[in-house]
Formats: sequence, structure tokens, C-alpha cells
Amino acid sequence: MEISLLAFGQIAEITGKSTWKMTGIKDTENLIHNLEEQFPGLIKMKYSIAVNKIIIQRNTVLNESDTIALLPPFSGG
Amino acid sequence: MNSDTNRYQRQIQIKEIGQLGQDKISRAKVLVIGAGGLGCPALQYLAAAGVGTIGVIDFDVVELSNLQRQILYTVDDIGQSKAIVAAKKLEALNPEIKIQPYNFQITNKNALEIIEKYDLVVDGSDNFTTRYLINDACLLLNKPLIYGAVLRFEGQIGVFNLEDAVTKIKTNYRDLFPKPPDAMSAISCNEIGVLGVIPGIIGTMQATEALKIINDIGKPLTNKVISYNALQNTFYDFEVVVNSNPSIDYPKSKTDFLDYDYNWFCNANSVVETISVEDFDRLRKQEKIITIDVREQGELPVVNEFPYVLMPLSEFENLVSTISQEHKIVVFCKSGQRSLSAVRILKEKYPNSEAFSLNGGIENWKKINNKILL
Repeated sequence: MEISLLAFGQIAEITGKSTWKMTGIKDTENLIHNLEEQFPGLIKMKYSIAVNKIIIQRNTVLNESDTIALLPPFSGG
Repeated sequence: MNSDTNRYQRQIQIKEIGQLGQDKISRAKVLVIGAGGLGCPALQYLAAAGVGTIGVIDFDVVELSNLQRQILYTVDDIGQSKAIVAAKKLEALNPEIKIQPYNFQITNKNALEIIEKYDLVVDGSDNFTTRYLINDACLLLNKPLIYGAVLRFEGQIGVFNLEDAVTKIKTNYRDLFPKPPDAMSAISCNEIGVLGVIPGIIGTMQATEALKIINDIGKPLTNKVISYNALQNTFYDFEVVVNSNPSIDYPKSKTDFLDYDYNWFCNANSVVETISVEDFDRLRKQEKIITIDVREQGELPVVNEFPYVLMPLSEFENLVSTISQEHKIVVFCKSGQRSLSAVRILKEKYPNSEAFSLNGGIENWKKINNKILL
């Protein structure tokens, strides 16, 4: 099962890329764990997660070809 | 044809607006919080469009480093109040409307009283404390909030606290971002930088949303946030849903709001000790201390009254291990905000470090010391 990832702002800076694919991820909790292992810089970050453009607030099961976006808050004005 | 009709002819010609819509615009009252990168273009277009009453709140003064993105100001305005200068320029642009400058900081003590007078609010602030404060005030007063924020080549824009015409749902900033980031990841334009045109784009979009909401036309960005990336030329939209998580603890009444400590909430992860100007002066005369300036290279005012090391906040994390922990450490910046972040970073690495943040920054230090000299 393949999912697409999109990262914004400081998240993209930590991951070093703004789009990529991942496989073998069953839900968003699993995804966070996996990402934090790969990119320890994410552990301290606060960001919202959207599955297919909808912001989620609890663990969400992922399906084939889902797009997951990681959006950190900006404060700049 | 009277001057009003002539001035607004091009938008009255649009059938979705017409004279009826123009009348709505001239009756509208919009408050723009922050007359910076986002606020300047938003203010200009709102004033040009004829929004009848525009409030502009900003406590800061114009600096040379603002001119790259804060397009209402010129070199002649440096050192002057942004709210006052902005009001003057907007009055020159459109003398037919009323501009109300507020030359002070918005706090939970004055926010409700000010916001109450307006129909909708444009958030052009540059820090999380103000963003949460504005959000909560708009929730309590039931005012639509047009959110915008920028970083480097990216911007975010959304509309909060406005009921969706179909679903009747409304969401707010805390539904999207329940908790502010900690000090290390909470970075703003002062520290990280932004391409000047990005707040231009986002601020202009905020003005567009305001005019749509005033006229009740099209689809406002209700319950949505768009993320714009200039390098990729992409707009990605997010649907915000009501966050039912009980840990979201926003003030439920005006009394709660007045008691809410927004500074604490936005730095909740650690408590940083600050040092007053007087104590700092006493301390540095009394013993060997390490003084660190975390402003970026070339920021004013210049300090030649005491020795210090320059470690810009943007590089602080990489440089933190070079700081000797043998002596007390005092960190300063312009106004005392960035030095708080720096001390947090320092304490994270060295929990026993005797580090303090200079209260009010070097500006406050200069003010107090110059008074003594006089």
C-alpha cells in the first residue's frame, strides 16, 4: 500500500523534501512514529495532519493512495 | 456622477457588487491587527475599496528592515509609529473613509473593547501569543477572523469563526492548531526571513476575503486554510473540522479571557527567568558574566556600552555548545522576546545553566540608562 506525503514550512525543512511516497504504513499513529524515527527533528515540532485534505484529530486508518499533508503553524506577519 | 461613484466605478460595474454592494462596503467596519507585511497590503486594498471604517492596531515603529515587505512605509517614516503613519497614508489614499489608529499593543485587557466595535477582523500579527488572543476574542464576540501567516516562500490564509452557509459549522484557529509550538520551533519573520512579496500575496488575499464576506458573495475560505508555496507555485487547501478534544482549553467567558495568561500559554513548556535592566547593570559590574546578543547581524540599536557576544537566534542552536557555563549568562535582543527563546534553547541543553533574559531587551536598557544620564 502506497501513500503520498506532503510537507510544508519547517516540516519540509526537517524532512529535506516537500513530497514523497511511503509504503507499509497502516494508520496516522504508525506514520508519526515512522517519521519521527526517520527525522528526529520532528519530535519537538507541532503540526497538523490532513488525510486527503481533511485535518484529523485522532488516529486514522490509511488506505492505498491516500495523501497525507503535514502543516506546521507559522507566526510571521 | 458624484466623487464616490467615480472612485468606485470599476467595482460598482461588477454585477455581484453594484451600488448595493458598494453601500455595504462603505458601511463595513474592519479591524486590521498588525500594520506589517500582511497588514500593509490588506489595509491599502480595504481603504481603496472604500471600507467605511478601518481600525489599525500596531505598537511598533517603522524600521529600515521593514521596508522590504511593509509597503506603506518609506525611509522618511523610520522611527515613527506604524499605526499613525499607516493611518496618514490611508487617509491620503481615500479621505472619504474613517481610519482609526491604535498605537499600542493588543492584549487581553483591551482586545474585547476594541474588537467589539468592528464587523470583522484581519489577523496580520507576527507572533503566536497575539494569534491565540485574537482568535479567542473573536470567538467570544462572534466576529469572523481572516487569518494569514507567512514564512520564507510560503503563506497560509483561512477564515475562522464564520458559519458555513450550508453545513452551519464554524471552526477556529484552535481547531487547526490546538497548542502553540514550543520556543524552539516558534519562529517568526524577524528570525527566519520571508520573501517580501509573500505577505503581499497573503495580505491581499485577506483583503479579498474581507470584501467577499462583507458582500456575501462567492465562497469565503470558511473552515478552510490554504497553504501557498511560491517556489512550487502550489496552493494546497485544508479542511478544518471542529476539534472535540477536551484538552482544548480556550476561555469560555469574558472574565476567563481577561484572566487568561497568553504569554504563559504560548511559552508553556518552560519558565524562563528574566532579569531587570537594573539587576543586569548591577550584576555585570559585580562579577564576570557572559552577555549574548541574539539579534541578527546589523540590527539596531548598536551596543557599545558593555561587552557582548553576537549569536543570532537563527544560528543559536548550532552555537549554544560554544557558550561557557562557568559564569552567569544574560541574553538580550531588541525587545526581550527572542532572548526568551534563546534562554529556553540554552536551558534545554544545559538545564543547570544560570541564564537570564534581559527584560524589555536592549531598547528598554537604552531607555532606562539614557534617562539616568539625563
